[in-house]
Amino acid sequence: MNKLVKEPSYNLIPERDLGKTPILECRRIGIDFGGLSAVDEFTIAIGRTEICGIIGPNGAGKTTIFNLLTNVYRPTRGSILVNGVDTLGMTTDEVNRRGVARTFQNIRLFKDLTVEENVLIGLHNSMNYSVASSMLRLPKYWKQEKEARERVRELLHIFHMENMTAQQAGSLPYGAQRRLEIVRSLATNPGILLLDEPAAGMNPSETAELMETIRKIRDEFHIAIMLIEHDMKLVMGICEGIAVLNYGRIIAKGTPDEIRNNPVVIEAYLGKEDE
Amino acid sequence: MSKKRFTLPNWAAYLINAALFAAFIIGGNAVLSSGALPSFITKVAMLIGIQVIAAVSLNISTGYLGQLPLGHAGFMAVGAYASAIFMTRTGIPAQLAFPLGIVIGAAVAGLFGVLIGIPALRLKGDYLAIITLGFGEIIRVVLLNIDSVLGFKLTNGAAGLQGIPKTTTFVNAWLMVGLTCFLIHTFMKSRHGRAVLSIRENEIAAESCGINITYYKTLAFSLSAAFAGAAGALYAGYLGILNPSNFGFMKSIEILVMVVLGGMGSMAGSIVAAIVLTAAPEALRAFDDYRMIVYSLLLIATMIFKPSGLLGRYDFSMKRIIEKCVNGELFASFRRGRGKGAEEA
Repeated sequence: MNKLVKEPSYNLIPERDLGKTPILECRRIGIDFGGLSAVDEFTIAIGRTEICGIIGPNGAGKTTIFNLLTNVYRPTRGSILVNGVDTLGMTTDEVNRRGVARTFQNIRLFKDLTVEENVLIGLHNSMNYSVASSMLRLPKYWKQEKEARERVRELLHIFHMENMTAQQAGSLPYGAQRRLEIVRSLATNPGILLLDEPAAGMNPSETAELMETIRKIRDEFHIAIMLIEHDMKLVMGICEGIAVLNYGRIIAKGTPDEIRNNPVVIEAYLGKEDE
Repeated sequence: MSKKRFTLPNWAAYLINAALFAAFIIGGNAVLSSGALPSFITKVAMLIGIQVIAAVSLNISTGYLGQLPLGHAGFMAVGAYASAIFMTRTGIPAQLAFPLGIVIGAAVAGLFGVLIGIPALRLKGDYLAIITLGFGEIIRVVLLNIDSVLGFKLTNGAAGLQGIPKTTTFVNAWLMVGLTCFLIHTFMKSRHGRAVLSIRENEIAAESCGINITYYKTLAFSLSAAFAGAAGALYAGYLGILNPSNFGFMKSIEILVMVVLGGMGSMAGSIVAAIVLTAAPEALRAFDDYRMIVYSLLLIATMIFKPSGLLGRYDFSMKRIIEKCVNGELFASFRRGRGKGAEEA
């Protein structure tokens, strides 16, 4: 357990969190689908309270990386360490219990359940009463359920959703559904939150609100956030470190300013200027 | 909205429900034993109880877990035979052997649920339906032939297992109904039940919320099998003689029809449908030949006019009704048009 990793030399922002175990570390991971290597040589380390962005053109392998990090796919090469522990061979739910929570590009809520139930499912592992104590309604059940419901109220309050508790998740407006998905993943008490295109389908004012929310999550929950996003304003506005992906490989890493002026990145996005 | 809504404390809700249930048992028993009704009514009432347990238990894996198993009668058979063999082979007096037999029937069926669930639940949808159908048939055929093939004297094959004490009564059948519904309800309204629901709603999201889906699928499936086993044990005590043909494919379908007709995911729906579909053929004795036609027609009609079943996912809650009465909003949802979704019970 908690094997410390020596010198995380490839931190996105080396001056932060130096000397601590990164919450998440990828060491030269790669995955092949048939003959195609979708991701290769992906190496990154994310500090405890870092906000980091992954950008890249369509099909660059961004979502594949999230699926690798949550063990939906098993990497062909390399290793992933969460909190210094190799996640090889773990199931997706074990990885979540280790501290990796995520949202999905196309929202995946429990649509027919209420907002409260959605968040309570996120709190599943923060309760530990047995099947028997639930069936027989033993005191442990009442105590933990009460605490969980209070926690739900707190979480929903932070995201201004406390008046939606009894609504069906599927009937919420789009922005609220995105927020609920974030609340649900935060309920699992993660060390790092992976957001897959959180601003997709949002208008500029909603995006601005989302930026505030993401900062608030980092500041109030003290967790790291890794996000995939196409909205450059959002990425440049809140990320402390950015990795640019193209054809499954990192072509640039650095702070927003470095990325903005990096000729390789400009080439990947806009194409090469003719001589 | 400014006024604080009245909410009934949980202990009061449990007390009211328990009192109503006790009144139902005592009242029902008094009416049936008074001799005012023909004696076959008592038989029908017991059978209804057994069918309710079977339907409610299938609803766990169909309605809550969202899978479609077709071998539910197989689990009933396992429970029935396990308890019948226990009751006839041990010298324990029937009054004591019967409750023990129900527990044993449920436990053995639950074990079979785990054994069958682990391979079967790797598959989904129609594949799972076919694999469970196969298992249901295997159980029936094994019960039919195990004696002659292996030389046991256990099930007595096609001749039927005879001499089971007829210990099922209206009271113990319906007490078992109450217990089953209570346990399933309390299971579903807990973190475990929510985990099961989350698998139905979205497996990938459930997994990423830290829910061990293999564990919960197997748990729900074997719980479903265990209660089916209890229903089987009651069925054994009801019939007095067991024959593998009692637990054929049509029995599984019969139970599935109840669940689908009542509304998948609604316990109240399963109960109502089980009562209606068991009582109707008995009430219309002359109609009995057309029972399967009526079944099919009912199913077709339901699927056309109300695909989610009679009650959809609505679940009856005494607590909610009382709260609505006190708050003066009993018919508010009707006035507003369609009501909101089912709330916490």
